[in-house]
Amino acid sequence: MTAPGKFRFVSSDRRVREDRRFVVGKGSFAADIVPQGVKHVALVTCPHPAARIVSIDKAAALAIPGVHYVLEGAELAGATNVLAAGLDTPNVPRYPLALNVARYAGEWVAAVVADSRALAEDAAEAVAIEYAPLPFILDADEAYKPGSTLVHEAHGSNVLLDRTFVWGEVEQDFAVSPHRLKHRVKWGRSSTVPIETFGVTASWDPWREILDIWASIQMPKYPDQTAMVLKIPMSSVRVHYDVDVGGSYGVKRGIKHTVLVGYLSKRLGMPVRLIEDRLENMRGGDMHGPERNFDVEVAFDDQGIIRSMKMRALDNVGAYAGRSPFQLGKPVGAIVGPYKIKSVQYQAIAVVTNKTVQEAVRAFGQSPTNYAIERTIDEVAVKLGLDRLEIRRRNMIRHEEFPYLIPSGSTYDSGDYHTVIDKVLAHAGYGELIAERDRLRSAGTLAGIGIAACLEPSGGNSSFEPLLNPKVGTTTWMDSCRISIDLVGSITATMHTTSAGQGHETLVGTVVGEVLEVDPDKVRVVRSDSLNALPSNSPVGSRMAIMLGGAAFHAAKQLKDKLTAIAAHDLGVPVERIAYKDGSAFDTSAPDKKRTWAELVTMAHRHIHKLPEGMEPGLSVSHIMPVPMGGGLPTADGRVQMYPCYSFEFHLMLVTIDPDLGKPEIKRYVIGHDCGTVINPKIVRGMTLGGIAHGIGAALYEEFAYNEDGLLVAQNFMDYLLPSAHEVPFVEIVHHETPSPLTVFGQKGSGESGYLGAPAAIASAVNDAVRPLGIVVDSLPIKVARLGDMIAQARENNAREAKKGN
Amino acid sequence: MKVELDINRQKHTVEVEPRLSLLDCLRDKLLLIGAHAGCEHGVCGACTVLVDGAAIRSCLMFAVQADGVAITTIEGLSPGPGELSPLQDAFCETHGMQCGYCTPAMILAAHALLSKNASPTREEIVDAISGNICRCTGYAQIVEAIALAAERMRGQNDPVRP
Repeated sequence: MTAPGKFRFVSSDRRVREDRRFVVGKGSFAADIVPQGVKHVALVTCPHPAARIVSIDKAAALAIPGVHYVLEGAELAGATNVLAAGLDTPNVPRYPLALNVARYAGEWVAAVVADSRALAEDAAEAVAIEYAPLPFILDADEAYKPGSTLVHEAHGSNVLLDRTFVWGEVEQDFAVSPHRLKHRVKWGRSSTVPIETFGVTASWDPWREILDIWASIQMPKYPDQTAMVLKIPMSSVRVHYDVDVGGSYGVKRGIKHTVLVGYLSKRLGMPVRLIEDRLENMRGGDMHGPERNFDVEVAFDDQGIIRSMKMRALDNVGAYAGRSPFQLGKPVGAIVGPYKIKSVQYQAIAVVTNKTVQEAVRAFGQSPTNYAIERTIDEVAVKLGLDRLEIRRRNMIRHEEFPYLIPSGSTYDSGDYHTVIDKVLAHAGYGELIAERDRLRSAGTLAGIGIAACLEPSGGNSSFEPLLNPKVGTTTWMDSCRISIDLVGSITATMHTTSAGQGHETLVGTVVGEVLEVDPDKVRVVRSDSLNALPSNSPVGSRMAIMLGGAAFHAAKQLKDKLTAIAAHDLGVPVERIAYKDGSAFDTSAPDKKRTWAELVTMAHRHIHKLPEGMEPGLSVSHIMPVPMGGGLPTADGRVQMYPCYSFEFHLMLVTIDPDLGKPEIKRYVIGHDCGTVINPKIVRGMTLGGIAHGIGAALYEEFAYNEDGLLVAQNFMDYLLPSAHEVPFVEIVHHETPSPLTVFGQKGSGESGYLGAPAAIASAVNDAVRPLGIVVDSLPIKVARLGDMIAQARENNAREAKKGN
Repeated sequence: MKVELDINRQKHTVEVEPRLSLLDCLRDKLLLIGAHAGCEHGVCGACTVLVDGAAIRSCLMFAVQADGVAITTIEGLSPGPGELSPLQDAFCETHGMQCGYCTPAMILAAHALLSKNASPTREEIVDAISGNICRCTGYAQIVEAIALAAERMRGQNDPVRP
């Protein structure tokens, strides 16, 4: 590893190469790809939260000219395998179209194929479906109870996962601690909701036996699951990774969409596409995020040192089991946050209900858990009358204690939490910020300081899979890069997945340029399709700087070594004496003796007689990189190294709340961010600021709300509120770098930064503001109307009490 | 029915269904795919184009209503093949985007602002893009891009100082 400051291109504030095509409208998004003769799908969805499908009458729809087909669940289920689930839950089968029973409002029941999307929508309205409504259940606590209404009768309960882990001497630590505190906090159902809906086009060629797929996808295991469900070899599935994805943040996992259009294309012999409209996306696109109730109990001493924690997380995953229950597993890799809590009991529960299916969302369940931990730390401080910062400082792992093993089996690589906090406080002028809050309070406004500290586990190997499903033996989760230098010396690097705005082409170009000492802009970066791809697990879990950056580094290094070996051989000197500089290689004891880039490239491609004995000609190498620190299965008690690298962030903010309206406003927002060595400052800054905006949405505005009839009422952008430029404040970033000892440049992940701590910090600020009224806000999102009602009620009660006192 | 559309200073005669939105007409009939569908109910702004210089949502306008107005799409902003306008270049300089999906609309909204107001304040910039939702950036680098472009474009017109 090289020390920071020693890099030529890494860490420099270079432009992001992808941007040029986007600013002129030349991105290539899923909806932009229109094969000749493509047909369009529209969906018929269930209007009830639970219903038996009595009959489907397609005649009127099929009678419309230009309508080609109406597909129903029975045909599709008969021809395909069930969709993959993460947990071992065979009695909770999931198909793209409901089979006999629909289990949430908006679930797809039939698909119409027509010459245009407008025609398909017309025909979808003409499909007559008779339903017999069934009892339904929405609430996770209710669904967990024995005897509750069953979402999947054959499964016998609504519980998909209920596992309790005990790491360390929890009961003993509780017994000897003088204080304990127990509370419940809730994380509401929201998602990252990209502006581009999910879209996919499939085209089956029966002569070549290849299914071409263009999709706005961000999903590990996408080609393999598509092949498995459609019962065709994976070598018959060609996913085109050069499709630009219009935002994903975890959720673009349209496997059911893909199976649907893949089947239709095979069945009809035509290219078929489904571009969700917003309604299909919001209620039936299966991209809702976690909805989680936390019961947290901690044991601590007079100094506020937290010795042990019991956490119960109950997650409402919606009507079917996809990969989402694993979102209860990721937090195990940072279950104590940045704190030295010695022992932990963690109960992870996933239940099904009659709500839209949950999907992976940015941070894969870590943000809700961070919120629960941070809310708990704040409450401990209040109970002991201690400063909220001081209690964090006392409990935090110190710089000299790294690498640090947490009770659940992960070792944190590095960090300097106290320094980051000090830098943030100095930058913000903490004392003045407190004074400002108090000044605002004395002027009659509700005002509060928000504080949150948390980790961003990054570069993971998916160890939550074997942790929560022992039938899965996954212990790595690789990524790859291939680099070729062609016979005239141009460099092309290949990556093997899609991107959704993370700047991976810039990442690869920068890393290859750094290693080969060439201008990164001269490095062409392209994307393979899945048939000529090296292994990749796609940009999930803040992994690409570590994993794709690492793979590009190692591939480039191999090329550099090869060029050096060719020069040594041709110059007739030992390879140790050759130095590589700016593309040339020279003899360090006689610098005039050198071979230029052009000479080396020509020899490698054309002059095999000048190459060392046995050397493969050409200049093309691949590197497949395993996750650092990976390789072990979980122990019987559920300890496992889950992520190699841990970034840190510390949020500090001042919030005011209009006491009459209950409307919070962020007056000042400072974040300290440490993700090790930064490869591209523009990208990392954007990730952090964008993550904060997502966090503001989850904390204050966004909620997939349901009514008593079991219907999703926030299903468009009038009701599901997204933060605009007015709602996202100016944010100041305080930068710090604690390099990771495990990565090639010291980099850590940053793709989920901001989002991990912003909701906790906002909740902290709001509670600091309303605490003088004697109320606690314990669930997200903190909607204006609810907060306004709570404040009004509290003021009324306080006035009544005061009157009584008189 | 037939409509005559003036797009990026070129006339197009297009046969459309009366119910066809301007957005779908631009994308499907004229292959101007820089305008994007986001919500298709007038909230997110991803479909923004300029009509007589003002930013409007092309998902809320029928193609037949656009007969006789001057439409500018993102394809009309670049000065030539491989070239960027000062505003487009400023978005690259500050990295005022991530996934690029809302970007063409964001740039058109900013273009409309800067053509009326050469020296916008931060508040005016925020106001001008507040009808365009971006889920990636948190808006900061977008606001910076617009401020940077304004500064550079003002500089272009300054008399050369000795």
